[in-house]
Amino acid sequence: MSEVLVLIDHADGEVKKPTYELLTLARGLGEPSAVFIGPAAQAAEAAEKAKKYGAEKVYVVDDAPLKGYLVAPKAEALQQLVEKSSPAAVLIPSTFEGKEVAARLAIKIGSGLITDAVDVQPGDGGPVTTQSVFAGNYTVTAKVTHGTPVVTVKPNSATPEEADGAGTVEEFTATVSDSAKKAQIVASQPRKASGRPELTEAAIVVAGGRGTGGNFEPVEGLADALGGAVGASRAAVDSGWIAHSFQIGQTGKTVSPQLYLAGGISGAIQHRAGMQTSKTIVAVNKDEEAPIFELVDFGVVGDLHTVFPAVAEKVNERKG
Amino acid sequence: MNIVVCVKYVPDATADRQFEADKTVDREGVDGLLSELDEYAVEQALRLKEKADAPEEVTVTALTVGPAAGSDAVRKALQMGADQGVHVLDDAIAGSDAVGTSLVLAKAVEKIGGDRPVDLVMCGMASTDGAMSVVPAMLAERLDLPQVTLASVIETQGDQVRIKRDGDVATEVIGATMPLVMSVTDQSGEARYPSFKGIMAAKKKPVETYSLADLGVEADQVGLAAAWTEVLETTARPPRSAGEIVTDEDGSGATALVDFLASKKFI
Repeated sequence: MSEVLVLIDHADGEVKKPTYELLTLARGLGEPSAVFIGPAAQAAEAAEKAKKYGAEKVYVVDDAPLKGYLVAPKAEALQQLVEKSSPAAVLIPSTFEGKEVAARLAIKIGSGLITDAVDVQPGDGGPVTTQSVFAGNYTVTAKVTHGTPVVTVKPNSATPEEADGAGTVEEFTATVSDSAKKAQIVASQPRKASGRPELTEAAIVVAGGRGTGGNFEPVEGLADALGGAVGASRAAVDSGWIAHSFQIGQTGKTVSPQLYLAGGISGAIQHRAGMQTSKTIVAVNKDEEAPIFELVDFGVVGDLHTVFPAVAEKVNERKG
Repeated sequence: MNIVVCVKYVPDATADRQFEADKTVDREGVDGLLSELDEYAVEQALRLKEKADAPEEVTVTALTVGPAAGSDAVRKALQMGADQGVHVLDDAIAGSDAVGTSLVLAKAVEKIGGDRPVDLVMCGMASTDGAMSVVPAMLAERLDLPQVTLASVIETQGDQVRIKRDGDVATEVIGATMPLVMSVTDQSGEARYPSFKGIMAAKKKPVETYSLADLGVEADQVGLAAAWTEVLETTARPPRSAGEIVTDEDGSGATALVDFLASKKFI
């Protein structure tokens, strides 16, 4: 069986959940080989985690010579790994960075690229992907017809399933060209940890919009009661009430949680593009005409400032 | 400075977007326009021109690849203030995927830079139809240029570029030397509306049309048949069945919502 390369999603060596989802999907396509491009000191731990989710091999690329040069060196490293291992496919997390790595890789190896897949299954003549397009109004299945399929996969696309892999670690030294080092990070400010789940990975998301009037306390309170992440509409971000990293929608994050709870969000097409594939949708809005109510499984016409705190209180009571 | 802004003609996102029988995006049955997110790239290009020591020495070229109606996207950019336009128009391009589109764009950028090298290729953060966000990186790869993407703040000094962006895990400042490919987000600054004067002036601005032959691209390198990806099926998402809507009265809304969440086992 052919190898399937899976780029490990991590922050400074800390492996993120989408990695396990990708490894789970990769097992259906071939033998998963995880690729860790990161700090050498964290490699053993990352490899151990990848092994637990079925990685037969773990290629370790020490990122010391690559770090700070954005995506181009990572694409070169992956290109060299593709040439070495002739994989059946390359799966990459569908983050902004992941998509850019995939874009450069696809051109380098002369292969078709599919982005933002929500499922990848084996098919005749290669993996078949599922995507959600036009703001979630259409589902599209597709495949790569030329070269080694490069597919970026969105978070929450599969339920991670543990499986024992051999997890054989193989050090790999990538050759990085000078031209890949022409753009670099000159300053970086890591985002403050909120203690809440990562927005794109969370099972529950509570989001606030214009209707919060700038007060996100009810949104945060309910998110914490439910163990969810906090999100926002563009209107709230543009008003300066909350940082852009919380924005859900066409130009922000796309989320697909089990439960999406919108407070004071009208539901413009641009917002829908970021949340329409959520499994269960709930909205609280004062305006009974708000388009978000067309999407909901359950809606409350009311003020989030009274409804959210009351719900949070009842949820906390139930938890004891 | 020589700036090329890539602009895409897309079906209106607020309209009822469809697929054609060949599973490509319907670009004729739905009203099209300049992709909203590309307006931010045009805006930033114009601001760089206006801020330059000698604005008259900065040329902003709006470049589009697309069907005949795609000239609307170029015209809008000219009305906003771009100096000239280039429209790559060739029936063979229809149905190209991002790989094919990036090839045509790269060849067009090279041709535009024939007399005077291009310093900056600017793009929006994504199109509002395909929304892959990969063309800037593909263009950079094909042109062998560095990429600084998803910029919310742009500063230049001579050929040095610094951008700020909200990355996946951190806020970053990225530096590079021109020439380079840049993409900008909708956080970079409101795009201007064309003024009456701008609309009139645009009518006199030069727009060149290139065919694939002009770019040295063979017809069989692009288009639907040459795409390296194939759409197997497109299915309209079934409309969500109408949910239950209650009106909050004296706390009844919270009680009903908690009951709903409990019935779905979220609490």
